Amino acid sequence: MERSFEKYFRQNRLPHLWCPGCGNGIVMKAIVQAIEKKGLDQDKTVIVSGIGCSSRASGYMDFDTLHTAHGRAIPFATGIKLANPELNVIVITGDGDCTAIGGNHFIHGCRRNVDLTVVLFNNSIYGMTGGQASPMTPTHKKATTAPYGAIDRNFDACRLAEAAGATYVARSTAFHVQHLTDMIAGGIDNKGFSFIEAICQCPTSFGRKNKMADPAKMMMWMRDNAVMKAAWDKLPDDKKTEEKFPIGLFYNESETDYATAYNEVIQIAGGADK
Amino acid sequence: MSKARLMQGNEACVEGALAAGVRFFGGYPITPSTEIAEGMAKLLPTVGGKFVQMEDEIASMGVVLGASLAGKKAVTASSGPGISLKQELIGYAAAAEIPVVIVNVQRVGPSTGQPTAPSQGDVMQARWGTHGDHPMIALSPWSVREAFDTAVMAVNYSERFRTPVILLMDEIVGHLREKVELPEASAIEIYPRRKPTCSRAEGYQPFTPDKDLVPNTANFGEGYHIHVTGLIHDDTGFPIGSPKITREVTKRLHEKIDIARDEITHVEEYFMDDAEYAVVAFGGTARTAYEAVANARKKGIKVGMVRLITIWPFADKAIKKIAEKVKGILVAELNYGQLVGEVERVVAGKCPVELCAKYDMTIFEPAEIEAGIDELVAGGKA
Repeated sequence: MERSFEKYFRQNRLPHLWCPGCGNGIVMKAIVQAIEKKGLDQDKTVIVSGIGCSSRASGYMDFDTLHTAHGRAIPFATGIKLANPELNVIVITGDGDCTAIGGNHFIHGCRRNVDLTVVLFNNSIYGMTGGQASPMTPTHKKATTAPYGAIDRNFDACRLAEAAGATYVARSTAFHVQHLTDMIAGGIDNKGFSFIEAICQCPTSFGRKNKMADPAKMMMWMRDNAVMKAAWDKLPDDKKTEEKFPIGLFYNESETDYATAYNEVIQIAGGADK
Repeated sequence: MSKARLMQGNEACVEGALAAGVRFFGGYPITPSTEIAEGMAKLLPTVGGKFVQMEDEIASMGVVLGASLAGKKAVTASSGPGISLKQELIGYAAAAEIPVVIVNVQRVGPSTGQPTAPSQGDVMQARWGTHGDHPMIALSPWSVREAFDTAVMAVNYSERFRTPVILLMDEIVGHLREKVELPEASAIEIYPRRKPTCSRAEGYQPFTPDKDLVPNTANFGEGYHIHVTGLIHDDTGFPIGSPKITREVTKRLHEKIDIARDEITHVEEYFMDDAEYAVVAFGGTARTAYEAVANARKKGIKVGMVRLITIWPFADKAIKKIAEKVKGILVAELNYGQLVGEVERVVAGKCPVELCAKYDMTIFEPAEIEAGIDELVAGGKA
């Protein structure tokens, strides 16, 4: 069996700290398979993460890796990319990290169109702190801080990214591994801010509170409710029930990325690398 | 032809940072530091550097840390509320040992305070603003030319010690315009980015300290595959839940600054040779204190001035020496009383220490400090 992706992992840092049945490992592997597929230079690729369960992935991956502060992965990644545009910068973040504490950085990263590939591991919950509601916990679902069900309305991070100016927006799930890998690879190809939402299961903190403690059942839920974009677009409104959601490439537009635009500033200012 | 230019303290700070090799700035507009961002936006691209205006103060701090990790010398600047917002990531820089300079052009606080008015109320915040045990270097200029010089020093120290350095300006110096002549590039000493001393194959570890207790951490993109985290980590860079490592790392972070303390603690003395009393001051306030001391001398009072350029680490040695010699010390500061506590700690009762504090959004008049000197000479306040 081909296991060429192993070279992208720090074998001495494994096994990972995630719970049995967690979907984070699937998404992490999809990222390195996308990296392999795109043939990115391992020495010129930087993985940047925030704080939370998913953000621990950076430590397992054999690249230059940066585990930043909670919510701040995108500003750090922006600095890395602008300081050295030849680096491929991939951001790993979670639903709380990206859309709550890091929400402002997220929309402004999209707006600037910095050439980053941001993969949001959406497990609908704050896992590391034990299961509190995030801005992406679906309304009515339970969490330790929403014991009677969340009344907050949840973000659709893909629509948010598109509205804020991201030039590549896609969604997939931990069930659709090959599709997820393709979506991430497409994001790497896009020279601009690419956003990929990867829906993944947290049986321990989200599942147990919401009658889905079995990870296999959570993945079957993904299988049964994810609808490919082309089919979703044809789906009559009455079939778009609360559980159903579209996956696939939602948006891709070629726009000048920030570092390229800044090179023009340097030209106008008469500067060269000094 | 004279090379003298009329320049503002904030502008000189920009010139100094660029001269020291800074090629990246991330910032957010805030009075009274905005001219630094504006100057950087104008000048950085002329030397191939980059300026980015971020969405907030936290992002401004994050973006400069990212740029520094990727190999560029980087600076951010702010004031009051902005500096408060940056605190978490200042601690990140201390923990992950990332070279960076944070300019704080102090204004009146707390909170929004008096946005355009001068203050020196961030002395203790500079030292202890972020959470947890950490060392800090903070420098405070008293003139436009010294804003340039301390900016160079701040960048050099951040690189040499791989630590955040705070350039603790105040609105007085930030907005002051003076005629200055800046040094030639060849006359400026620049501390280069530290480099790994061995290869991965030879067992390179990014956080193994060198003889000066500072690690030679690689930049991203150089093939070392380093891991950087704000978690307590060992020499490999990876987090470890060990009491021993936690103790050793915390100790080393402090000691790398402590062992160089004499070299980085800059103090200047004026009229101190025969002085029986001393005024301790720094930054913009030292300008007024100088005149007050000169006036008091004319009245026959043997008083001198000790000016702290390095605020942190505190000038324990210099102040202790003064305390052995004089009959009393007056600390003049534009706040409710912050530095005075450090002076009292070091003096430890060897002579009286009095505070001349001002916190009404206006700068000191020489007469106010003179009155403080008179009271000190008369044996303290009634």
